[in-house]
Amino acid sequence: MIEVKKLVKRFGLKTVLRNLDFQVQSGEFVALLGPNGAGKTTFLRILASLSRPTMGEVRVAGYRLPDQASAVRRRLGVVSHLPLLYGDLCAEENLAFYGRMYGVPELNQRISEVLDLVGLSARRRDLVRTFSRGMQQRLAIGRAVLHDPEVMLFDEPHTGLDQDACAMLDRVLKEVAVRGRTVVMTSHDLARASDLASRFDVLSRGVIVASVQQTEMGTDRLLDFYKDALGKVNG
Amino acid sequence: MDNRPVLVDRPTFWRAMWAIVWKDMAAELRSRELISAMFVFALLVIIIFNFALDLDPGTRTAPSITSGVLWVTFTFAGTIGLNRSMATEKDRGCLDGLLLAPVDRSAIYFGKVIGNLVFMLLVEAILFPIYSILYNVNLFNPGLIFITILGSIGYVAVGTLLASMAVQTRTRDVLLPILLFPIVIPIIIGAVKGSTAFLQGLPMSEIWPYINLLIVFDVVYTTLAFLVFDYIVEE
Repeated sequence: MIEVKKLVKRFGLKTVLRNLDFQVQSGEFVALLGPNGAGKTTFLRILASLSRPTMGEVRVAGYRLPDQASAVRRRLGVVSHLPLLYGDLCAEENLAFYGRMYGVPELNQRISEVLDLVGLSARRRDLVRTFSRGMQQRLAIGRAVLHDPEVMLFDEPHTGLDQDACAMLDRVLKEVAVRGRTVVMTSHDLARASDLASRFDVLSRGVIVASVQQTEMGTDRLLDFYKDALGKVNG
Repeated sequence: MDNRPVLVDRPTFWRAMWAIVWKDMAAELRSRELISAMFVFALLVIIIFNFALDLDPGTRTAPSITSGVLWVTFTFAGTIGLNRSMATEKDRGCLDGLLLAPVDRSAIYFGKVIGNLVFMLLVEAILFPIYSILYNVNLFNPGLIFITILGSIGYVAVGTLLASMAVQTRTRDVLLPILLFPIVIPIIIGAVKGSTAFLQGLPMSEIWPYINLLIVFDVVYTTLAFLVFDYIVEE
């Protein structure tokens, strides 16, 4: 579903991604772990067609980036630590706007389904600026799944959320994942990542330095795996 | 939520463009931040000119003074509107939300241009009677209104492009006027001269060159902005 070969991304003289290879099968939930500055967000922005690769080949859902970006965007849902929502519109209006931008048919019915999914039906007519951070993030997930994308990218979705909001978000994320979507999520929270993902990749200094399936490793060993992977890179 | 896939229609250019216009109007109806900021600023500029120039009754109604003060006011107030309009897109990451939609990027550009133009024309429509009362000048001249619309189109066309560039920098409030004012000088010259000519009641043969100048720059700026918007908003 996602295929990346020899990806390089430079900003001026600074190389952020160095010959990165990455593959995700359909239906996999991959947690992309790594320290600050490893290149996780840059990598996700390239997969999301928001940034152009300097070199290398990137394919999402069978379409090449950046040439076939529009086809990729139709199949992609993105959630970042920012909600990508308009504070002066209510929850329903935000979804209606994005629904029109994606050409979602039977939009009103779909909006109701999505608001049910993220548990915000009772607040559908409230302005987003009155929402707590957790509610905004749940609505952001609703926005991202509105057009039922095949691939979902989550960039540190738990950032800034308290424990209750994180738990609620996890429930929504699991519900999204069980629908067979392909998910790539960056995170610093190893405990949450181990609870959600089926595979763990460690990104450091612009390359994937380690990768393991959840079935090959107990969830309690993720911290050791992560430390080992970074230890090898840092010598 | 059922498990049927949501079939996404390919959103048309027009549907996406009007969705953006609708979104901007709906958000502004709620907050009234943009129009009220533009209006108050414009009103203050007019009042300050009234006292700063300390004009005698004969001079203050002179067509060249009237059109000069009007266009300085529109230019400054327009900058505030453009900055605010794009800041709304940037604040919660909404610009990324727009760029992730599978629509032609020019639909985003034209949607923002139409929204910004409506706000600018609205403020101008409110300022005309106020200026008429304060300066004791009759501004209800169809030719002057026509020139104001032409000038505003060119100003907003290039201003929206530059605002979408400036908003991605840390110094966005300062950067926009620095980038915009030198580029819109031909539009301002055409608008001021054309407005003066209409207020002086000159024959159309003497006014056409200014109208033509405005039309040419409107077309050139809109075309250039349409061609480069995709590259400007991408990293």
